[in-house]
Amino acid sequence: MRKEPSRIKVVVATDCGSTTTKAILIECVDGVYRQTHRAEAPTTVEAPFADVTLGVTNAVTELQELSGRRLVNDDGTILRRTSTDDADGCDVYISTSSAGGGLQMMVAGVVKEMTAESAKRAALGAGAIVMDTIASNDRRRPHEQVQRIRELRPDMVLISGGTDGGDMKKVTELAELIAPAKPRPRFGGEYSLPIIFAGNRDARPAIERTFAGGGFDLKVVDNLRPTLERENLGPARETIHDVFLEHVMAHAPGYDRLIAWADAPIMPTPGAVGDILQAIAKGRGINVVGVDIGGATTDVFSVFDGTFNRTVSANLGMSYSISNVCAEAGMDSVLRWVHLDMDERELRNRVKNKMIRPTTIPQTHEALVFEQAVSREALRLAYVQHKAFATELKGVQQQRTVGDAFSQQEGGRSLVSGMKLDLLVASGGVLSHAPRMEQTAAMLIDAFEPEGFTELAKDSIFMMPHLGVLATVHERAAMEVFERDCLVMLGTCIAPAGSAVAGKPVMRWSARWEGGSAEGTLMGQEMKLLRISERAQVEVMPERGFDVGAGPGVAVKREVRGGSVGLILDGRGRPLSMPSGADGRRLVAAWAKALELHPD
Amino acid sequence: MAKAYTPGLTVSARVRYRARRLLPLTGRITVKVGDRVAATDVVAQTDLEGDITPMKMSNLLSCAPRDVPGLLLKPVGSAIAKDEPIAQSKGIFGMMKVTVKATAAGTIESASDSTGMVMIRGAAQPVQVRAFTSGRVVEVLGSEGAVIENDVALVQGIFGIGGEAYGPIAVGCARADEQLEASSIRSEHAGCILIGGARMTIDAIRRAIEVGVAAIVSGGIDDADLKALLGHDLGVAITGSEKVGITLVVTEGFGDIAMASRTHDLLVSHIGHTASLNGATQIRAGVMRPEIVIPLADEAAGDASAGGGATAGELLIGTPVRVIRDPWFGALGTVAALPEQPAVLGSGSKARVLEVVLADGQRVTVPRANVELIAE
Repeated sequence: MRKEPSRIKVVVATDCGSTTTKAILIECVDGVYRQTHRAEAPTTVEAPFADVTLGVTNAVTELQELSGRRLVNDDGTILRRTSTDDADGCDVYISTSSAGGGLQMMVAGVVKEMTAESAKRAALGAGAIVMDTIASNDRRRPHEQVQRIRELRPDMVLISGGTDGGDMKKVTELAELIAPAKPRPRFGGEYSLPIIFAGNRDARPAIERTFAGGGFDLKVVDNLRPTLERENLGPARETIHDVFLEHVMAHAPGYDRLIAWADAPIMPTPGAVGDILQAIAKGRGINVVGVDIGGATTDVFSVFDGTFNRTVSANLGMSYSISNVCAEAGMDSVLRWVHLDMDERELRNRVKNKMIRPTTIPQTHEALVFEQAVSREALRLAYVQHKAFATELKGVQQQRTVGDAFSQQEGGRSLVSGMKLDLLVASGGVLSHAPRMEQTAAMLIDAFEPEGFTELAKDSIFMMPHLGVLATVHERAAMEVFERDCLVMLGTCIAPAGSAVAGKPVMRWSARWEGGSAEGTLMGQEMKLLRISERAQVEVMPERGFDVGAGPGVAVKREVRGGSVGLILDGRGRPLSMPSGADGRRLVAAWAKALELHPD
Repeated sequence: MAKAYTPGLTVSARVRYRARRLLPLTGRITVKVGDRVAATDVVAQTDLEGDITPMKMSNLLSCAPRDVPGLLLKPVGSAIAKDEPIAQSKGIFGMMKVTVKATAAGTIESASDSTGMVMIRGAAQPVQVRAFTSGRVVEVLGSEGAVIENDVALVQGIFGIGGEAYGPIAVGCARADEQLEASSIRSEHAGCILIGGARMTIDAIRRAIEVGVAAIVSGGIDDADLKALLGHDLGVAITGSEKVGITLVVTEGFGDIAMASRTHDLLVSHIGHTASLNGATQIRAGVMRPEIVIPLADEAAGDASAGGGATAGELLIGTPVRVIRDPWFGALGTVAALPEQPAVLGSGSKARVLEVVLADGQRVTVPRANVELIAE
């Protein structure tokens, strides 16, 4: 039975990752919810332990030792308290999980840019890794599609296609390709592969007939694209979560016990991160981008004008996938961020050595500079992919003006806008564990190229997943902890959009804060750092052709948040363009000096 | 004092090795517990369902989908040969009939009256699993596979490409720090597992492929050479399915790096012995490293430790380690101190470290994450 929020004062939350299980304790202190302790232990999904709850018990036991509050029963389960006066135990235990590779899905839709893309959005939004998207027009021949389906080992398949009352034949054809291909699930022969059908409601009888042969567990939900103009992802996402719990989690070692322990459904980790970012965007009325860069993949989340999107860039990461980042971006693109002389052949071998020994860390200053250069490219590529995916619905009939006809813009403009972005949140090893906060801020700015005024923050200990689930049982607690303990404010970046020329003014600016003030003119290709930790009043007068949010050449006066880095004035223009060779290296060195990225 | 554990790769003169050999799906096990098998003996086999070939029959016959089942020339479930007539339209007044030929051989699996699609299921594909190492069958895993056990000399590499290979061990480099050149490879190395020393050059690899060498084991490889061999830049370390005509195993890493002397000595001591090798590497959850397995002739009873898979051991003063990241990448040494408190590195990061006395006597401080045990 769900507990009343007013009776929830002590919360234990865990996130079971592939390698580490992280536990946090949240307590209501003087009427305000705070994260008070954290602990971690190795995840125990794989042999020889093969029981995820062992890792959870170990992590919570460490939490118990650090906090002095008894949280674990003698049998290893999480101790609950019966009254809010009890000094031991917690009121609620919640968890997320990405162990064992997380949730892996295959999606299918009739038209790649329309129903297949909506299906992909539903799967990604639910926290899945999309292994492949099959569509009638994906340029593969039917037998190639069948071959691909046979190679994949998904946890479940989502099929969409056709608007309600529209064509049935194409979506039935898709089902007829998938059923005989018999995709084998990850969890062995006894497992009936869940198929979620979220397409044309008129096609349901034909789909049911197609999958009646056995080996499948068909779930039928409302069409995720009932009309071309409307996406209805909610029912499909909810069913993905249900199936994740009932089938996928239930087959992973120890998860049946973990599900029984938890007071709210176990969520896939990225799904929980998406939920908390949506709650923040809604609560503050802002546009948010969040990024989590890991060893193998990079997740990008965005909420623009209330629309949520998530992408997973498989193979863009800082250890397992570091070689792929260098291959995709090109070594020249990586090295443009390096101000030191480095031997390319040597670097290529170092990249491969990091790939095969992914747990090593940079020991020298030179190694750190190179790794942070790679991270800029990994983040940039992941953001490019995200912008291409987070678009308005494609296939919608639009009224066009003569101007539109000349601009030849396709339907489905990106929802992501550098100028509309209010808050950029960073998480993941290379960003969270950078020796200096200035380096984190610089990596974010260089990769995401925010325009106008953008707050920068980092999730210091990757607490967002825990808070995503907490929001489902106690939204206020989740918000309070997010603002007070989860985010470390780095500061605000002010970057005029426009074409900057070195030595020519970009904007005049002035700032007043408690105990200080400053003013000046920012020149093209110049970076400037103002050490402001609290809020400040700033006034910016961009030059003609430069825009900080109110239009080209229009002044803006507003309050900004400082932080552990401060206020960063970026005069490099947007989009960024950098000279190559020695000139480029000199510029990068000047920016590093201005932002105090490296100790002298 | 808190214990510190760090992973390492096994290099062992004698270890009890268990090869767990599994089919991709259930099938028939051809051995029983107690059987003695050779490395290339088949221990399990099954049939994978044949490929599906879809045919959009209603389009091909220019008819309505609902008419397709009635226009088939053979009923669903019948065998059909490639290019054999499979369906025919009614034509106009019995004239101008269109005949469609099967695009693949197999069985007619289905004919849909809602989409007009006909599916042909190809012949089943047999899959066989070999023992990989000679030894004794100690367990049969239901209808999925078997476990083969033997006492072996075992070397785990750090990275490899290509699948399983078998052959006698031959020596290409007499010294561990000698680069493997094309000139070292002779025609009598055909079918052998060739032991190099330091880096294997691209010319040596090409020469080995030409001669028919089964596999090369050496200390290092240059990234540029690997790219030239594969024809593309390797993005992630998930390998084993490459078809380049040879299996390669690297014991130390990328670049000019000598094989650890102990590894080289061990492999060279087995010259002429038949070995099994697998280049498959998977550096993700469930890490898998390439292995060289040399069955020992004198199977000892019970005095060998269980082996296979990466090991994790305790770091203690005097433990032999290898530094696995610059600035001392590849250097061997022994642990001299394990400070409790984290230290600030040259990069500015704070991390737990250890002190290592390198083989040349130099004492250096290294993050604990940047060493691996040299496991026995």
